[in-house]
Amino acid sequence: MKSVAFSYAPAHEIGDAQAALGHDGIKLVSGGQSLGPMLNLRLVRPSGLVDVSGVEALRQVVETDGAVRYGAAITHAEIEDGLVPDATGHWLRYAASRIAYRAVRNRGTLGGSLAHADPAADWVIVMTTLYATALVHRPGVGEVRIPMEDFVTGAFRTALGPQDVLAAIEVPRPGKTASWGYWKYTHQEGEFAKASAAVFVDSDTTRCRIAVGALGRQPVLLREPDSVISGAVSPSQALGDALPDMSAADLRLHAIALAKALEQRS
Amino acid sequence: MDNKPERMDRTSGMGMGIGSSLQRKEDDRFLHGKGRYVADMRLPGMLEMAFLRSPLAHAKIRSTAKPANTEGTVFLAGDLEGVSGIRAVSGLPGFRPSTQPILAFDKVRHVGEPIAVCLAETRAMAEDLVDRVDVTFDALPAVHDMTRARDADAALLHEDWDENVFLESAVDINFEAAIADADVVVSRSLQTARQCMAPIEGRGVLAVWDRNLEILTLHSATQMPHIVRTGLADCLGMDHGKIRVIAPDVGGGFGYKGILLAEEVCAAFLAMKFDRPIRWVEDRREHLTAGANCREHQYEITGYANADGELLAVDCSAIVDSGAYSSYPFSACLEAAQVASILPGPYIMRGYRCKTWSVATNKPPILPFRGVARTGVCFAMEVLLDAIARELKLSPKAIRQKNLVQPQQMPFTNITNKFFDSGDYPEALRRAAAAIDIDGIRDQQKAQTGRTRIGVGLSIFCEQGAHGTSVYHGWGIPMVPGFEQATARLTPDGGLELRVGVHSHGQGLETTLAQIANTEIGIDTDKIKLVHGDTAYTPYSTGTWGSRCIVMAGGAVGNACASLGERIRKIAGHLLQADPDTIVLEGGMARAGNSMVSVEEVARTWYLKPQLLPDDVDPRGLDVVEGYKTVKDTGTFSYACHAVKVEVDLDLGHVRLLDYVIVEDAGVMINPMIVDGQVYGGAVQGIGTALFEEMPFDSSGQPMASTLADYHLPLASDIPKIRIEHMETPSPLSRFGQKGIGESGAIGPPAAIANAVNDALSELGAEVHAVPITPERVRAAIYAAEGRASSTAGAVS
Ligand SMILES: Cc1cc2nc3c(=O)[nH]c(=O)nc-3n(C[C@H](O)[C@H](O)[C@H](O)COP(=O)(O)OP(=O)(O)OC[C@H]3O[C@@H](n4cnc5c(N)ncnc54)[C@H](O)[C@@H]3O)c2cc1C
Repeated sequence: MKSVAFSYAPAHEIGDAQAALGHDGIKLVSGGQSLGPMLNLRLVRPSGLVDVSGVEALRQVVETDGAVRYGAAITHAEIEDGLVPDATGHWLRYAASRIAYRAVRNRGTLGGSLAHADPAADWVIVMTTLYATALVHRPGVGEVRIPMEDFVTGAFRTALGPQDVLAAIEVPRPGKTASWGYWKYTHQEGEFAKASAAVFVDSDTTRCRIAVGALGRQPVLLREPDSVISGAVSPSQALGDALPDMSAADLRLHAIALAKALEQRS
Repeated sequence: MDNKPERMDRTSGMGMGIGSSLQRKEDDRFLHGKGRYVADMRLPGMLEMAFLRSPLAHAKIRSTAKPANTEGTVFLAGDLEGVSGIRAVSGLPGFRPSTQPILAFDKVRHVGEPIAVCLAETRAMAEDLVDRVDVTFDALPAVHDMTRARDADAALLHEDWDENVFLESAVDINFEAAIADADVVVSRSLQTARQCMAPIEGRGVLAVWDRNLEILTLHSATQMPHIVRTGLADCLGMDHGKIRVIAPDVGGGFGYKGILLAEEVCAAFLAMKFDRPIRWVEDRREHLTAGANCREHQYEITGYANADGELLAVDCSAIVDSGAYSSYPFSACLEAAQVASILPGPYIMRGYRCKTWSVATNKPPILPFRGVARTGVCFAMEVLLDAIARELKLSPKAIRQKNLVQPQQMPFTNITNKFFDSGDYPEALRRAAAAIDIDGIRDQQKAQTGRTRIGVGLSIFCEQGAHGTSVYHGWGIPMVPGFEQATARLTPDGGLELRVGVHSHGQGLETTLAQIANTEIGIDTDKIKLVHGDTAYTPYSTGTWGSRCIVMAGGAVGNACASLGERIRKIAGHLLQADPDTIVLEGGMARAGNSMVSVEEVARTWYLKPQLLPDDVDPRGLDVVEGYKTVKDTGTFSYACHAVKVEVDLDLGHVRLLDYVIVEDAGVMINPMIVDGQVYGGAVQGIGTALFEEMPFDSSGQPMASTLADYHLPLASDIPKIRIEHMETPSPLSRFGQKGIGESGAIGPPAAIANAVNDALSELGAEVHAVPITPERVRAAIYAAEGRASSTAGAVS
């Protein structure tokens, strides 16, 4: 369980990383918490790694009236500890605190998690539900804005092109009356979710989303979240409609996750 | 029997002898990261080994090809000249022996089986070489389900066998007569999952050839250095005298390190061939996918009882999935042999019938894991008892009270001829039930609403420890333990060196054996050094397993120190001009009335000032080897009652442990703190068996949990505060009344937790029948019960 030999170079600018990605076999590494195990299992065999975790632009947090823009290399722990402002009050802090174990959170990054796009990852469902936007640097184009629901395109698949770098994630500030619920089921502490759901209702901006996660694909956004929130449609009905191919047993578990997320909404 | 522990009178004035909760002497080393494990060792010129392991569970090897220019770095079976495979042949009639090749050559029989070994300066480079070795296979159907291994159309693992069965056994004791007037007959199908024992340190091997002394030294993370030496000598065709095995600090064993490894044989062979140190450090993936497994049993069990709860007989068919090979030295059928003989445990019954099969499957071999077969049989027996109790509307406590051996029957020989040395089992039951507050839980259960339910479960079992020759000879394993020896040597500065053939890797023997020596001859435990884990320094021993060390090595140290004490008293008697028989050894002093001399002075006189000794001096000196034999070799029986309170989430199937009580009788406790530690650690592993640990195999024999993300070990956050209460009934068989306790904690949890979950689910008519009790299994049980309920509702309407 030792990785193949590879070269290592820290990037200082986003441009360094993009240039490096032009060569065969180069991969970006950020916190290394997903890539590390894959390297050791030789599931990936890069010729070189370029470390983006120290790139200044990826470490920045920019606040504007309507949103907070988080550099991709901000760690889960920095969000958990409140070392960076929380666009939502405290929801991001809570979500961060539920990722893995502290050791993983110390190194793992927001951008790494989204770029890795594990179907059961916390940020993937949380950022999708909160209407976040991925800010991607594309060679020859510059910064491209991709809404989170379009950024994650499948299990471990994203809209990132071969030389793209995920630079930041922009999270809109919710209105004063907005409410939020997030619930995931893990058998043991620190595991990836077996089922998860998130609910976001913001009457100020008429934004409303319900996402279901840990489905082995990108999160599913329910088409008529209002009817579920109002109680007109039950969680299991809504999920049955959204995921017609799912087994009855799996459907039940995810419906429970959704019911719990609704209950937790505050 | 007088229950007063003998230790009361034997504790030395310094409070470091038997019975004191002395801080562990080894902890300074371990807690400060100063231990030295195989992975810490580096020698000049050392090469690392990596193995090409079979990706298939069952296949013919069609071709093998080494990459170009790898002479001297890549080795296949044919390169291991003069090396024979590993054979562990049981003495029981009908046993079908297997030969485990060091490197597979004609076929592979489990995923992870080594086919080629590669050498390089670093492990990563050795793995690069592995990638380049080319092997082609003709896949064969895999035998992945032990219940179908005996099917007529099952592929044969070992072509010269007629059936995939290592051994079949049957006992019938008065069965038909006993069941004649049974009021109820209750049957269950029960299963324990295949597990991977998971010490923090995996296996590690470093082999070094000493050209000068012509001695091969094998450093190995093993529980049994002497047995490894014997096995290695057999495989390599070498004299024992040319092999030295050293077990350095070892990060936990639990049975996983009680085996002779093909990797050890490879390392030894290559070290001698190239005269360079050769190392292999097992990684987690190898550990999970290629290392030995444990625990996988299947039971068809039926209990026959009277309406008042009296158990009349038990009938059981048990299958043990022994994997592909009979591993050395415990063999493929220790587990099943145990099942048949220990299933009745502390319960009285009139009749008993049990058939067992140790079947061969395309999985790694099994080893006896902490608790060995007891964890499985305790689960089978205790779940059955609760099922009978439910059928008869009796409480779990009442049915156990009714059938347990009573204290006045001690010592007691049970239906399978097990000799219970001492104890009060009903008292353990009573205390555990009271401590968990069963009555209070019953009240709480009446008031339950919402989607969670609480339940309470009990399990009672005994742990046979330090059982010897007659027992293991009867179980047919190739290695039969005999007696134990220890060396006690006074050093010239009055310190004491103890040498034992067992190995301490978490048991705290550096402390407990020193406490025994302190009680015998009063030397400060700080001045006592335990030398262990080196065949060059220590007397032959089968090693650390079977909860035997504190009884066997403890007895041997006691005897060796007693003899040494006599010799010290003789010299002190001369120095003090007193009768040696009147001399007391205490606090480092030899005392005769008011006059005294230090043991240090005695030592200095013997070693450095012999001119002071008399003419009739005993020339054998202050270096003593003594042996120890228990009064009877049937084993000490420690026992416990586990009681657990759980909460089951009916939607998620999630089981939470709310409270856990263990009432334990370890006989005389040499060090109560260490007993607690053993019980806690074991209980956590038992909770792993009960709720988390499982190595599933798919139908092609692929192991499905190849990293610790998929193989779930119990975490600190899963464990409630475990409350331990002690009883202390001395064993009449051991030297100090002590009983083996090392495995106990791991035996009771699956049974108690399954019973608690089934108690919580009883209002739904749902039951779990397999461990680990994962949320998926609980939900499946609930859904099945709902299905039954709605189909009966349908039939009625
Ligand atoms: C034991 C364990 C438990 C875990 N449990 C959870 C959990 O419960 N929930 C959860 O959500 N996550 C969990 N994780 C994953 C963890 O959150 C990781 O930190 C995260 O998935 C990846 O972030 P990273 O910074 O470590 O990325 P890395 O591992 O460094 O990279 C991951 C991938 O992203 C790419 N990448 C990184 N940065 C960029 C960028 N700026 N632009 C483009 N591509 C980029 C890399 O090339 C790589 O392919 C767990 C991990 C471990 C080891």
